[in-house]
Amino acid sequence: MSRRDRHDARTPIVILSLGIVAVAFFVLPLVALAIRVPWSSLFDALGNDATIEALLLSVITSLITTVLAVIFGVPLAWLLARSNLPGRQTIRGLCTLSMVLPPVVAGVALLASLGRRGVVGQILDDWFGVRLPFTMPAVIVAQLFVAMPFLVLTVESGFARSSMTVEEAARTLGATPWYVFSRVTIPATRPAIVAGAVLTWARALGEFGATITFAGNFPGATRTLPIATYLALETNVDDALLISMLMVILSLIILVALRGRWVGAIGGVR
Amino acid sequence: MTLSVDVRRLVGSLQLDASFAVESGETVAVVGPNGAGKTSLLRMIAGLSAADEGRITWNGTVWDDASSGEFVSPEQRPVSYVFQDHALIPHLNVLNNVAFGVRANGGRRRVARERATRALTDVGSLELADRMPSELSGGESQTVAIARALATDPKLMLFDEPFAALDAGARAQARRLFASMSNESLARILVTHDAVDALTLADRIIALESGSIVQVGTPSELLATPRSHFVAEILGFNPMSGELSGDQLSIGTMILTVGAHEAPDGSVIAIIRPRSVSLHRSRPEGSPRNVWRTSITTVDRTSDRVRVQLGAPLHIAVEVTPAGFEALLTDTGEDLWASVKASEIAVHPA
Repeated sequence: MSRRDRHDARTPIVILSLGIVAVAFFVLPLVALAIRVPWSSLFDALGNDATIEALLLSVITSLITTVLAVIFGVPLAWLLARSNLPGRQTIRGLCTLSMVLPPVVAGVALLASLGRRGVVGQILDDWFGVRLPFTMPAVIVAQLFVAMPFLVLTVESGFARSSMTVEEAARTLGATPWYVFSRVTIPATRPAIVAGAVLTWARALGEFGATITFAGNFPGATRTLPIATYLALETNVDDALLISMLMVILSLIILVALRGRWVGAIGGVR
Repeated sequence: MTLSVDVRRLVGSLQLDASFAVESGETVAVVGPNGAGKTSLLRMIAGLSAADEGRITWNGTVWDDASSGEFVSPEQRPVSYVFQDHALIPHLNVLNNVAFGVRANGGRRRVARERATRALTDVGSLELADRMPSELSGGESQTVAIARALATDPKLMLFDEPFAALDAGARAQARRLFASMSNESLARILVTHDAVDALTLADRIIALESGSIVQVGTPSELLATPRSHFVAEILGFNPMSGELSGDQLSIGTMILTVGAHEAPDGSVIAIIRPRSVSLHRSRPEGSPRNVWRTSITTVDRTSDRVRVQLGAPLHIAVEVTPAGFEALLTDTGEDLWASVKASEIAVHPA
């Protein structure tokens, strides 16, 4: 085989070069991280109570966030995709703004609403004695606020793509609207729901700005893995590298396990 | 049982206005060009949309009444709807698609499976039971859609262009299935833009143009007094009265062989599409069983195809391509022969 044959003649050289730079840009930090990680002390770090505490907190809160996002986000996505609610565009904008907001701003907004002197937080405190900020539920609230839009948008496009005719056919066969939703629409949208849940979970796991602003930094209660990493960087760089590597591996496992469904559903190929 | 429809609805810029009745045991074709409002009418009858004005009743029970606001939702009407694109549920296999209606109505899984198996057997497609909708051909998925619609024991079945999306072979098979489904306790409404389908499959025809009914009648009544573009179009398809006996059709002195059909022996309306007839200068060899010697009386070259009127023994119109017609003119043969395949002759009880 000649060199000419091996070369894809349709790829312009400029695009090829820039593309390779982009690949290097993504790969280099990961490789550097792997080189610098003190692999020999990996198990020491895993035996570190503070790290384990942060890891558990992160996993638990991000999973609860994902479940809540599905419970509330799927109906919201359905309303945006299928109902003739007035002002749907505006509602979609408001419900997904937090996705593009700087996370710190999201945290400040949460303090203004649910903080002890916040618009709603004050009422919660006065009437029920409930104080949300700087507790584990506050971590979940912060994660949900910034991560749920990923689920809403992904699932909405899934609903938009599933066939209305099939749903109408199901109605004429005797299915109530709820039966159609649970037995036809949801199964047809499952790839999008899985994709949205994974994106939401990943965003929740990595949440830093809104969490530290609204929930603070209390070991065991609100000090999540990203916050622990940031703090470790100032005291023990090796720990920070180890925790980082841990999260890279975790993300990689998820990405590989779900790659078909994930990429397919987001790309709209399915 | 009687379906009584008297509705008005604005669909886009089209004002749909229709009033008619359909009885159990009857098959009514709603025909007309695209955009005439045929599908919108079916959707109202199924309960997928509501009338702006007027009412729909089933044996006296109100399904939709715009003035009182009464509306029976689609799942509560004993209606099933066969969609043009078949609308099979993509994540369920064929058996579960057919069983879906029974399950949705609260039937147990075992009962639903039995009914689905029976419905698939009735349409002759039980071997498809384990396949997924994506693995079916157009004709197969059409058959499954019909089995699914039958499985809930509907009193009224609506068909939206059931043959339009199929290839020629599957279409002939689907027409036979449709013709064989007729029974006394079932009313059927068939929406089609194909004049021949309406003429050969329906007991009555409703011709719809721009949202309004222009003519209602039996196929013979419509042919006797055409009052719409649609009926005029049928006349272009060479409808003829004849006597059928088995696969032998006599029209005047001619005897033609017809293909598979559902019409009983006796008086029939036969239709030969102008494009299905071939012309030759010498007696053609090979498959066509209906070959006769004839002559040309008139030639019309105004459209993109040449329309030739044949003389005795069968006064029919034939359409050929301009190139085909030139070849016919320059051929040195002395005679003119016409041929048509048995399967291209449609027959319907008169």
